[in-house]
Amino acid sequence: MKGLGIVTTASSAEHPTRRDFLFVATGAFAAVGGVATLWPLVSQMNPDAATIAAGAPIEVDLTPIAQGQDIKVFWRGKPIYIMNRTKKQIEEARSVAVDSLRDPQTDQSRVKEGHDNWLVVIGICTHLGCIPIAHEGNYDGFFCPCHGSQYDSSGRIRQGPAPLNLAVPPYQFVSDTKIQIG
Amino acid sequence: MSGPSDFQPTNPVLKWIERRLPIFGLMHSSFVAYPTPRNLNYWWTFGAILSMMLGLQILTGVILAMHYTPNADLAFRSVELIVRDVNYGWLLRNMHAAGASMFFFAVYIHMFRGLYYGSYKEPREVLWILGVIIYLLMMATGFMGYVLPWGQMSFWGATVITNLFSAIPYVGDSIVTLLWGGYSVGNPTLNRFFSLHYLLPFLIAGVVVLHVWALHVAGQNNPAGVEPKTEKDTVPFTPYATIKDMFGVSCFLIFFAWFIFYMPNYLGDADNYIPANPGVTPAHIVPEWYYLPFYAILRSIPNKLAGVVAMFSAIIVLAFLPWLDTAKTRSSKYRPLAKQFFWIFVVVCVLLGYLGSQPPEGIYVIAGRILTVCYFAYFLIVLPLLSRIETPRPVPNSIADDVLAKTGSKAAPMVSTVIALVLAGGLVAASVQNARAAEDNTPPSQKWSFAGPFGKYDRGSLQRGLKVYKEVCSNCHSLSYIAFRNLADPGGPGYSEAQVKALAAEYKIKDGPNDSGDMFERPGRPADYFPSPFPNDQAARAANGGGLPPDLSLIAKARSYERGFPWFIFDFFTQFQEQGPNYIVALLTGFEDKPPPGVSIPEGSYYNKYFPGHAIKMPKPLSDGQVTFDDGSPATVQQYAHDVATFLMWAAEPHMEARKRLGLQVFVFLIIFAFLMYFTKRKVWANAH
Repeated sequence: MKGLGIVTTASSAEHPTRRDFLFVATGAFAAVGGVATLWPLVSQMNPDAATIAAGAPIEVDLTPIAQGQDIKVFWRGKPIYIMNRTKKQIEEARSVAVDSLRDPQTDQSRVKEGHDNWLVVIGICTHLGCIPIAHEGNYDGFFCPCHGSQYDSSGRIRQGPAPLNLAVPPYQFVSDTKIQIG
Repeated sequence: MSGPSDFQPTNPVLKWIERRLPIFGLMHSSFVAYPTPRNLNYWWTFGAILSMMLGLQILTGVILAMHYTPNADLAFRSVELIVRDVNYGWLLRNMHAAGASMFFFAVYIHMFRGLYYGSYKEPREVLWILGVIIYLLMMATGFMGYVLPWGQMSFWGATVITNLFSAIPYVGDSIVTLLWGGYSVGNPTLNRFFSLHYLLPFLIAGVVVLHVWALHVAGQNNPAGVEPKTEKDTVPFTPYATIKDMFGVSCFLIFFAWFIFYMPNYLGDADNYIPANPGVTPAHIVPEWYYLPFYAILRSIPNKLAGVVAMFSAIIVLAFLPWLDTAKTRSSKYRPLAKQFFWIFVVVCVLLGYLGSQPPEGIYVIAGRILTVCYFAYFLIVLPLLSRIETPRPVPNSIADDVLAKTGSKAAPMVSTVIALVLAGGLVAASVQNARAAEDNTPPSQKWSFAGPFGKYDRGSLQRGLKVYKEVCSNCHSLSYIAFRNLADPGGPGYSEAQVKALAAEYKIKDGPNDSGDMFERPGRPADYFPSPFPNDQAARAANGGGLPPDLSLIAKARSYERGFPWFIFDFFTQFQEQGPNYIVALLTGFEDKPPPGVSIPEGSYYNKYFPGHAIKMPKPLSDGQVTFDDGSPATVQQYAHDVATFLMWAAEPHMEARKRLGLQVFVFLIIFAFLMYFTKRKVWANAH
């Protein structure tokens, strides 16, 4: 970088000389070295290998969850709501016009086919990351106490400042009573 | 920092700021227009090198603190996790650890340079004293940083150094308790050392600002030791000094990178890879190399208080140097006697350092006492006396004259340097000859595929070593820093994810509590760590005749042996780092059914030629044919030992291949960069000559 500074003062710009080339090359080399040095200094902030390994998929047994109940499990440090929905909840979620929603998604696309009573969502409000309370609010779903966002029984945003529906984590049914999250 | 500047920025925004805060003018007058003597040699680039090192230590230190846990139970493991799991954690840790050594290396050169050229003399007394303060702060910072990994040397270093204060009459013990925050070195000690280790570097940075300020008021000294008189004597700091400093820095970085990438454990102590154990003191307590001369002084005095006083005096005496050496001539170049005594003093310091690393017995104690007297005599007798009796040679009229007359006078210092070094080498060699014990149980050196700058682990050997560990060692020894997933890491045994999953599932891992509050066992997962064979240390001891089988994760770095002089110097160039695996092979093959005549082994112990003390609690673990290999490798103890040592070296240093690979890239870069800097520097300086 010092080299680059000298180029402008030490010789005229019209006639590039061997000296200019040397200064530019040195300066460029220093700049490349500086940037390359930054890489590990920034990269170290990413999750370390142990954290990544601990974020491997988990299995959850669904048998203890009765209809109308929900449990909260943690995966990668995030609370995951697993809700065994009642018929009423499912009907409410499916009767609303999808076009009228802020983040239009059908209830069917948010659950696994054949397991329509199981809602699995990441319990983090899409507004600013608080944890909504289940079975509260006007829509038989979730209510976020921080800034009043309300989600319906499909975890879709219905009212309040949150822009998006509660996210559905990657998961699959290993058997009828067991899911694997991740 | 050298008075008001006439610098005026042209950019309106900068102008606006400059009128309110003349920071650009300050920068310009301090680091651009500042006149620097034109005859400075490369010893003067160490100021810039030290600034860089301070910045680098703070940067890497702040990053390491993001991952480090200052808790007596977790600190050791957290350091290992930094090295093993954090992205480039091994690099950052090596940089910080080797960086401390490089920092001291550079500061010693900086100090000796000041000593040789009389940089402490009027009007630079305050500048010099500020330097002594920085040095003291550095020593405190370095010491507390060494405690943080909470290994055996950390713990016992902390114990020994804090106990220095117990020598103070009447209040000593109270002060030590205050330092510890307990009845012994423990968690409170670690916590406050961490806090202070984070604080002190910023104090150092503050004092460095004062140091540079004082430097820019008094102006730099120079090899001729005469003050600049006319404009001809100086060149502007930028570009001349900056470019020269950057060339110096780039060369220093090559030296630094050698340690980071190829010799990360050369300057450390193997014992510090053993977690702190308040019940066992390492057989041979040694501080880091940069404290060794003072440690030698401490030990040479057979009285506790006097020893401590002598050690601190050895540093404090530096602050009085401007008044001890009152000679009018600054530079030793023109002081024939002072120059010789300077080199003798350098040798005395190096020898004191060597003695500090040796056991305090026999000839070493006597030599230590003689050299301690020499050390103090240099400051308290030689320098004051020389100031009065020495006739200096005439100094040049001006710096410009010095530059012109440069040819011819170069040989003299070289000759005295060589004589001094030969003398030092001879003395050291002689003392080594005297001290060498008759019996030699140094483990023989083996051939290792991972040795040297291009070394790589032998995958087959790693896999065979794992098998030996699983079938034999794991019955007693844990491997608690290694997760199953590590077996699939690049640079490791090279298993696939699926193989690792299957291997992990063979193990039962204790987990829980479950919803009913009970612990339960489940099959292992790749993220799990190798389970320990015993639930706790007490159980392990009870099952092994009172001996505790050590965890093997770090054993290849936690075991070493003295290479002795001059081998440890050659090792620096040959990158010899394989003491650990050599020792493991020696130990595993060193069992003998009958101890040699005259050696008695207590009941329940076994004779091993290479185990310190020869009486080991572990019975001969391996015998021919015990483990069968699928790849047709011979089923011999020698083969088992070699493979398991390779495996354990990988367990201790899982990123070695990445380290050496990146090291090569960095070296190629730095060498090209240093060449470019050299030619750039020559081009820039061409105008000045």
